[in-house]
Amino acid sequence: MNEDVENLYQRLKEEAEERGYHLNPDTSFTKDLVASLIINENRYGYPSCPCRLATGVKEKDMDIICPCDYRDADLNEYGSCYCALYVSDEVIDNKKTIGAIPERRGSERQASSVIHVWRCRVCGYLCAREQPPNICPICKAKKERFEAFEKGPIH
Amino acid sequence: MEKKHVEGDTRLNLFLYTLSTCIWCKKTKALLNELKVGYDYIDVDLLDEREKDSALEELKKWNPKCTFPSLVVNNKECIIGYDEKRIREVLSNE
Repeated sequence: MNEDVENLYQRLKEEAEERGYHLNPDTSFTKDLVASLIINENRYGYPSCPCRLATGVKEKDMDIICPCDYRDADLNEYGSCYCALYVSDEVIDNKKTIGAIPERRGSERQASSVIHVWRCRVCGYLCAREQPPNICPICKAKKERFEAFEKGPIH
Repeated sequence: MEKKHVEGDTRLNLFLYTLSTCIWCKKTKALLNELKVGYDYIDVDLLDEREKDSALEELKKWNPKCTFPSLVVNNKECIIGYDEKRIREVLSNE
């Protein structure tokens, strides 16, 4: 079990860093969450958020399978996701502290989120999200290199 | 329903709804233990379907979104989430 936690922790950490995300640097906190993800994987067949009640019906829980649909909006607003497995750059740089945050799932803020199409000016990668990603997953350019993409004629 | 009891000071009636996997629920339990108060809790994720439904019905009255942890104090107030400041405040007023 401990070995499973260690392995999954290392894998999630590597994947996060590669994609411009960060796991919570409080390793004992984070490994506790990772152990709970393994419990949920074994219990439900998918790693649903440890801090939310899953139904056990995958279709109903799809939005809370880690990483959840709300992670990026919560990272932008609060510096961490709901369970605080993931934290933002500001938290890593000690510019922001984290705590328990309100649930976005099922709230009005969830419904009112506006999705834009963003274009990486360096490599042309397109994505549809509230905000551009922190780094481009294709060419690793930073968030500031993204622009809102306007539909127009393609020559 | 499988309600568990933790021994301690019982001047306040404390009922805590938790998930066994939730780190903020664990922090809440640890805080209550540190403050040496007695409380009842249920890990809702460990209940069978019927018990889960009835626990959620109860919880809904206090916290319509049914998020965890939810700490019901004296059947009067519900502290939602790991709100360390509010929990300390409520417990120190007694």
